[in-house]
Amino acid sequence: MTSPSPRTLKFNEAIHEAIDLCMAKDPTVYVLGLGVPDPKGIFGTTIGLEKKYGAARVMDMPTSENGMTGVAIGSALVGMRPVMTHQRVDFALLAMEQIVNQAAKWHYMFSGRLTVPLVIRLIVGRGWGQGPQHSQSLQAWFAHIPGLKVVMPATPHDAKGLLVSAIEDDSPVVFIEHRWLHGTFGPCPDDIYRVPIGQARIIRSGKDVTVAAVSHMVLEAFRAAELLAESGIDVEIIDLRTLRPLDTATILSSVRKTGRLIVADTGWKTGGFAGEVVAVATEEAFASLKAAPRRLTLLDVPTPSTPALAKFCYPRVVDIVHAAGDVMGVSRDRLKVPPETSTPLDVPDASFTGPF
Amino acid sequence: MGEPSKLTAALLRKLHFQMVRIRIIEERIAALYAEQEMRCPVHLCVGQEAVAAGVCEALRPEDYVLSGHRAHGHYLARGGSTRAMLAELYGKATGCCEGKGGSMHLVDIAVGFLGAVPIVGSTLPISVGAALGSVMRGEKRVTIAFFGEGATEEGVFHESLNYAALKRLPVVFICENNFFSVYSPLAVRQPEGREVHRLAAGHGIEAIKDDGNDPVAVYDRTRAAVDKARAGGGPTFLEFTTYRWREHCGPAYDDHLGYRSLEEVDAWKRRDPLPLMAQRLLAAGACTQADLDEMARKAEAECEDAVAFAKTSPFPAENNLWEHLHP
Repeated sequence: MTSPSPRTLKFNEAIHEAIDLCMAKDPTVYVLGLGVPDPKGIFGTTIGLEKKYGAARVMDMPTSENGMTGVAIGSALVGMRPVMTHQRVDFALLAMEQIVNQAAKWHYMFSGRLTVPLVIRLIVGRGWGQGPQHSQSLQAWFAHIPGLKVVMPATPHDAKGLLVSAIEDDSPVVFIEHRWLHGTFGPCPDDIYRVPIGQARIIRSGKDVTVAAVSHMVLEAFRAAELLAESGIDVEIIDLRTLRPLDTATILSSVRKTGRLIVADTGWKTGGFAGEVVAVATEEAFASLKAAPRRLTLLDVPTPSTPALAKFCYPRVVDIVHAAGDVMGVSRDRLKVPPETSTPLDVPDASFTGPF
Repeated sequence: MGEPSKLTAALLRKLHFQMVRIRIIEERIAALYAEQEMRCPVHLCVGQEAVAAGVCEALRPEDYVLSGHRAHGHYLARGGSTRAMLAELYGKATGCCEGKGGSMHLVDIAVGFLGAVPIVGSTLPISVGAALGSVMRGEKRVTIAFFGEGATEEGVFHESLNYAALKRLPVVFICENNFFSVYSPLAVRQPEGREVHRLAAGHGIEAIKDDGNDPVAVYDRTRAAVDKARAGGGPTFLEFTTYRWREHCGPAYDDHLGYRSLEEVDAWKRRDPLPLMAQRLLAAGACTQADLDEMARKAEAECEDAVAFAKTSPFPAENNLWEHLHP
């Protein structure tokens, strides 16, 4: 008996399906965000939902990020399950007061008398001139806050399963999507299923170097691992998937095995999440380390718009290859690096033609 | 006030009793504060009791109430547990937040007091959201948002009113205008000649200003607004002018600091809502001096019971630190 080939979905379709299934199952789930019912439907993730569930459950909103976050919180306190979306992380900075002071605190500070089952979807931009205010990857801000859960899926399977878990969770969950993942494909079951919040996943087993990667950097790490294998370096890749609560057991077990750690993050280095992972490893598994851990991150400047400068900012496959060679003590001229391609560096693939 | 109120004698007595309760409990907190056993900031509402009493008497049990940093009066008038409030101020395990919130985070779900927070204006959108949630769930509840006039300077105030107006949500905005944000007078914060409630009118919300030291006026205005909201008529903004007698935060009087004139303070104290209401009750024959004395005795007994409960309650144990981080 042959098993049927698994169904594949795009990342954005997987998110759409998660929302659709949750809305069908639970009448208290509703969606709000600027542009949710518009023809573009948040990069395809909400298209058609208004027609299916009505404008009362698939809601556009005023350009009032902080106020509307409070509105979502208030509705959650009285029994609704809002799924809020911002088209970029950068817009959610207006709502940090409600997210940090209110959503994250109400369950704890009122000693469990109230819950805030709220999902906030945030999208990280990259390339195509996103510039200083459309490309920030501020997961460390949210992961710093007790009371929040923070997830960053890298595959369609995990996007769907983690979003279902997030919507069903009684805590506020910050669900961070990388814009360059929306168009990627992967296997994705059609039923409703959950990927547990708080569990990393080893997506490639290896013995030499652990690469703990976040969101889109998981894809970069996978390509790097294939090249490094050709250079005789065996990479283990951890897709962190959840940043808070962090699955430290999986990280430590891998680092104890390989003795080498590279963290590939989409955010900045200073005060960033890569540093947190490095700290966990050095505090708990120092004796296992054979080389100093490395952080591969967004360059510590506001990311410029022009591709001529932005290309130096985003970490890429070649950076992971070089870092792996460094921690293995292999000189860079002996490493296989990605071939030059005609695809520009400011798009995820040739099919991306902007604008946003 | 326009028309004379047609409130029953029983309701007038209740309004007065609520003010007496709040005054006695707040004054007792002020007196006990020096013992250094209440180890949290307190924002007392002495002088402002009429707003709390008038608003909360106009509500139904199913309605929601949210507030800000100066929330004791709102919580008590709404029927929040006095014992749980005092215990919270003392940081005890029996407090309404089991010691995790303190004076600035009162809650009592049993009476629909959904919460209070000290970040100015932050419960405004949450109140609007509670109203939205009620509508989505098909419930006939009205939500009350208490805040000071300082909150009307926050961006989120305007975001909240815009949305409440857009969706005609059953929420009543209760603005207690006590003319000061900590030590900063209204004159350095808002333009002269543009009254606070006009901001709400600008959002297309019915906006009314009245005397916040008259609990009957407060009751009548709120009752009309709540009835309108429950009937689907949308939000109302009520500005009640009143005055904070004691310091912004803490148990003391701070008029020696000179941030407001003694003449102004004296003028407001002459308009103390409690004796004004007592005289009104007596004049209307709604109660006797003996009734008034009995109200005070009853409130004092309630207060002393709550203080004793709070003082003798245990502190939370260390393992409570990790409780309720997540449901």
